[in-house]
Amino acid sequence: MSATAPLACKPGDYKSETKPIWCPGCGDYHVLMALTRALAALGLPPEQFAIVSGIGCSSRIPAYTTCYGFHGVHGRSLPVAAGLKIVRPDLTVIVASGDGDGYSIGGNHFMHACRRNVDLTYLVMDNHIYGMTKGQPSPTTEPDFDTALTPGGTGVRPFNPLVVALASGANFVARAYAGNIHETANIIVEAVRHPGFSFIEILSPCVTYRPDQRAWKDRVHAAPVTATDDAARAARRLMTDDGFNLGVLYRGNRRPFQPVVAAVPCDLVEFEKGFEI
Amino acid sequence: MSVAMVGSGGAGVLTTGSMLLEAACAAGWNGLLTRSVGPQIRGGEAAALLRLATRSVECLADHVDLLVGIDWVSAQRFESEIALAPGGLIISDPGAGAPPAALTPAGARIIDLPLAQLTKTNPGWRANMIALGAAARLLGLDEEVLQQVIKQHFAAKGQDVVGANADAVAAGGCAVATAPSEFRLARPQKTITKRWLITGNEAAGLGALRGGVRFAAAYPITPATEILEWLAPNLAKVGGTLVQAEDELASINMIVGASYGGVPSLTATSGPGLSLMIEALGLATAAEVPIVVVDVMRGGPSTGIPTKSEQTDLNIAVYGLHGEAPHLVIAPQSVTDCLLATQWATFLAEMLQTPAIVLSDQSLGQTQAAVSRPPDVAFIGLRLRATDVAAPYKRYALGGSGVSPMAIPGTRGGQYTADGLTHTERGIPTGSARDHGAQLDKRRDKIERYAYGDLWATLEGEGEVAVLTWGSLTGVAREAISLARAEGHNVRLIAPRLLLPTRPTEMVAALAGVSRVLVVEQSHSAQFHRYLRAHYTLPEDTLVLHRPGPLPIRPSEIYRQLTRGKNL
Repeated sequence: MSATAPLACKPGDYKSETKPIWCPGCGDYHVLMALTRALAALGLPPEQFAIVSGIGCSSRIPAYTTCYGFHGVHGRSLPVAAGLKIVRPDLTVIVASGDGDGYSIGGNHFMHACRRNVDLTYLVMDNHIYGMTKGQPSPTTEPDFDTALTPGGTGVRPFNPLVVALASGANFVARAYAGNIHETANIIVEAVRHPGFSFIEILSPCVTYRPDQRAWKDRVHAAPVTATDDAARAARRLMTDDGFNLGVLYRGNRRPFQPVVAAVPCDLVEFEKGFEI
Repeated sequence: MSVAMVGSGGAGVLTTGSMLLEAACAAGWNGLLTRSVGPQIRGGEAAALLRLATRSVECLADHVDLLVGIDWVSAQRFESEIALAPGGLIISDPGAGAPPAALTPAGARIIDLPLAQLTKTNPGWRANMIALGAAARLLGLDEEVLQQVIKQHFAAKGQDVVGANADAVAAGGCAVATAPSEFRLARPQKTITKRWLITGNEAAGLGALRGGVRFAAAYPITPATEILEWLAPNLAKVGGTLVQAEDELASINMIVGASYGGVPSLTATSGPGLSLMIEALGLATAAEVPIVVVDVMRGGPSTGIPTKSEQTDLNIAVYGLHGEAPHLVIAPQSVTDCLLATQWATFLAEMLQTPAIVLSDQSLGQTQAAVSRPPDVAFIGLRLRATDVAAPYKRYALGGSGVSPMAIPGTRGGQYTADGLTHTERGIPTGSARDHGAQLDKRRDKIERYAYGDLWATLEGEGEVAVLTWGSLTGVAREAISLARAEGHNVRLIAPRLLLPTRPTEMVAALAGVSRVLVVEQSHSAQFHRYLRAHYTLPEDTLVLHRPGPLPIRPSEIYRQLTRGKNL
């Protein structure tokens, strides 16, 4: 099913009037377009969506939508979103992050969000750089990439977020390219509809600090295989691919985490009996 | 009457103490039980410190009348914490060697109880149960009541276990039947009011539920874990949820998210966890999201003494947030007050849309006490919500009390982005000096201008001399003041429950006519005294009684300071 036609709502209904702070040419503009298309395709009114983020260029995205937004502290978007979704399962909660926010300072929450499998959709706009602080290496930066903070490069092996997500129990894993707006929108729609924790790594070029990433548009290609429900197979493919395979790579069938709440709350006086002498 | 039971960790000292307290309370006495344990789960040292009385008691006494050694392996570590009264009794197993000299003052009388021998010859008997029977007999506790407690406690383990423990308790009693016992408890008074046997941590959990908390995120930490473990099954029963988080950063951000979703939310922690939560507390202040954090204080800094009490998170709770971040800090003053303080904190957080820190401590949280049933108080958080939203919605609208209506996600037309960035009335990020100042004023004013009423502090008595203290030392100070009053001296007690925002006008009134102040606190650097000096004017004649944990400040020490060299 196509995500973009026919639309009951228009993508413009989900885009706010606030002007983004992003640099001209930033991949995050495309992510915003894909996101608003996906929200329109999902067809819920804006107040039924909550977009939660941390800190960084990508994390500015909630305020650029007309949905409820939460722009929290650096690295902690996933716990905020988990708390919100657990108490408000009626809302559709989408989490936005970047490679610094999500994989470095927020790395621990990433693993545990995958494990916990709350019904969230996690979009990480990965540009292999800290853009907001003007060009420091992130966990996905190549080891020889020269920066002012790490002259000559970090010498440290990059992190493979998709494999970590699979190993940690994410229920849906995909890779997208920001410039492919239509495909990215389709993947977001599918991720939101898929129960449990859905993770989309979105390659989103930083033209300011990584002008070399302009070449990504020529390097990305559709994954040569269809998605699997076998996490080990998906992980093996991801560990051996070129990092530019796009599409849905894994669909799991784990039950989402949603605590059962007592339908008829007991009276607080009941607890007093346990203390009475 | 005070009893100390000591033994190795895992020997059942705390269970024994709890059963003795339960039996004494069932027989009509009041009392409390505090624990002092080493860091090890097994093989360390443990002491159960009980005080039993016909009136209500809020703190340990200066001395111990009866010391029970289930074993003496590491008992010398309690040298500074357990002081036997002149002529006090010690129950000791002659096979386990003599009690440590440090715990045996001149004039102490030792009663032999062959624990090892009795457990060896009677399979199923445990040394702590024999010792329990002996202690109960020496105190003059009705054996039938004790046996009832044994029966209840072991019922789930079957008739054989109940029988063996009942026999062990009876044998312990028989073994000391001829021993001297002027330490018998006075006859209890008839109590008409309903009483509870509850710990401060349980009380905090109940207070949270009474205040309306329906979501908690948990990361275990001594000595706060019991709050979370009490809430886990009980939140579920009232339609709420508790989730275990991966760390304290996650637990506080989860409750921020849940509260943003409209559900009153809480977490509980201790010093190291509070340190990790500080950044998100600033976020909740700036984004105006109500949350409650109960900090059960322990010795610090760093890992410090996890199992023992101190009042040294005052600075971080009051001043720890970066930037200007007005929030609430509330300190319970007794085991029962953990309920009221947590309930009030939840209420205020919801009313004022701001985070509240409840500063409890290990000596309140892990003390089990017989208390009168706390009265029902009508503090149920009512958050001002935006329901009928007119465009454009201003989440952070200025004016009025400073509390602006909050749209809960799902509310049509109320969409906004909650933000830790300085924002406009609509919540849009800004670097403007005018917006920054306006929002700082808003957040300050809503907290400063609220009418907190009499709960801001405990104010008792009259006279020119006042004890100024807080938290768990309030009960100790009260006892010292009653000793002074018994000799005809008038001493006031001033103990603020609301530590932030400060209440300068109310404090001036509380101190009117006071010419001499004794500040009492459990802190090496006298954090409370410095806090008082920063925010209030104290008389020139102000003395500070302070020391770090874990050695509790005793009523007699306060009394001595009050009466030293001065005419009251």
